[in-house]
Amino acid sequence: MSEDKVSRREFLSKSTMAASTVVAGSSTAKDHAQEDGHHEHEQSDYALRTKALVAVLTRKNLVNPASMDAVVDLYETKIGPHIGARMVARSWVDENYRQRLLEDARAVAREDNLTGIEGTDLVAVENTSEVHNLVVCTLCSCYPWPLLGLPPTWYKDAAYRAQSVIDPRGVLKKFGLALDDEIEVRVWDSTAEVRYLVIPERPLGSEGMSVEQLEKLVTRDSMVGAEILNSSSAGEEA
Amino acid sequence: MSSAEHRSEQLADLPLLPRDIDGPVFEEPWQAQAFAIVAELVESGKITRQEWADTLGKVLKTAEEQGEYDTGHRYYDHWLLALENIVIDKNLTDHPELIREKEEIKENDHHRRDQQLRDEQ
Repeated sequence: MSEDKVSRREFLSKSTMAASTVVAGSSTAKDHAQEDGHHEHEQSDYALRTKALVAVLTRKNLVNPASMDAVVDLYETKIGPHIGARMVARSWVDENYRQRLLEDARAVAREDNLTGIEGTDLVAVENTSEVHNLVVCTLCSCYPWPLLGLPPTWYKDAAYRAQSVIDPRGVLKKFGLALDDEIEVRVWDSTAEVRYLVIPERPLGSEGMSVEQLEKLVTRDSMVGAEILNSSSAGEEA
Repeated sequence: MSSAEHRSEQLADLPLLPRDIDGPVFEEPWQAQAFAIVAELVESGKITRQEWADTLGKVLKTAEEQGEYDTGHRYYDHWLLALENIVIDKNLTDHPELIREKEEIKENDHHRRDQQLRDEQ
């Protein structure tokens, strides 16, 4: 893969102190986004009608968005994030699986009979000691919900959507992630056509754990790039 | 029990509602949102639980007559239609306003997308 494979639409922003050339992106993601360019961010009629109801009723003070979010949040773990977590955990122990996931996550998801990804490309990006990936949807709240469940409230927040592109390091700092300057930050803008899954780094102190044990360590936020898994999240003393 | 739990519990025992042992299940985020709107309106007393059950029942019945009855995959399609019906019946909004709002949201999406593309060029 070379730099020209990177679609600017998806690879919206990068902030890096490293002098090395940026090499990222997925040709699959690019091809699909361009193929179906006119569909990008096109929301389903159901989603639009629901949003219209929320907007109208909120304007008239008939509903309170915050308390509606609280109801939605109750169910955010109903679909996921166990499916995404399982994929991540497996990628930590199975190098072959990891490579396939990075090459074509959609194909892997399809092999796993994952539903809800029809017509959507799925791209997995890996966090390493040199690169940190963060996922956002600058336009609305496109999100890999078949893998991660319902998006958290902050993901839909206008401030997050705008700031994560302008100042990803600042946003990450607010999440409690202070990244070294040498670590390159890549921000991926989700669309209705392409969804991203961050494969977080395997936490220290998780050596020797089974896939099932590892799966429990993988949090939703870590698969969006908003959290780094460390030994304390592995439930062990640092 | 949190107030959010309380609000959703009020609806969780509706007949045919897709659910597992922990409560309602959703296939897509908008469905949870549509569920939450109803929970909110019932909680604040803008509509009663019975009114909601009746309106939803009517929509499901019509769907059944038209051969579109489906309590699984399409349950929330019916739910959304019933929600639109009840807020219009209750004069909380009207049909043109909902259409206008929807078109506006769509339009804004396109504008922002176009703007984003222009910014990149």
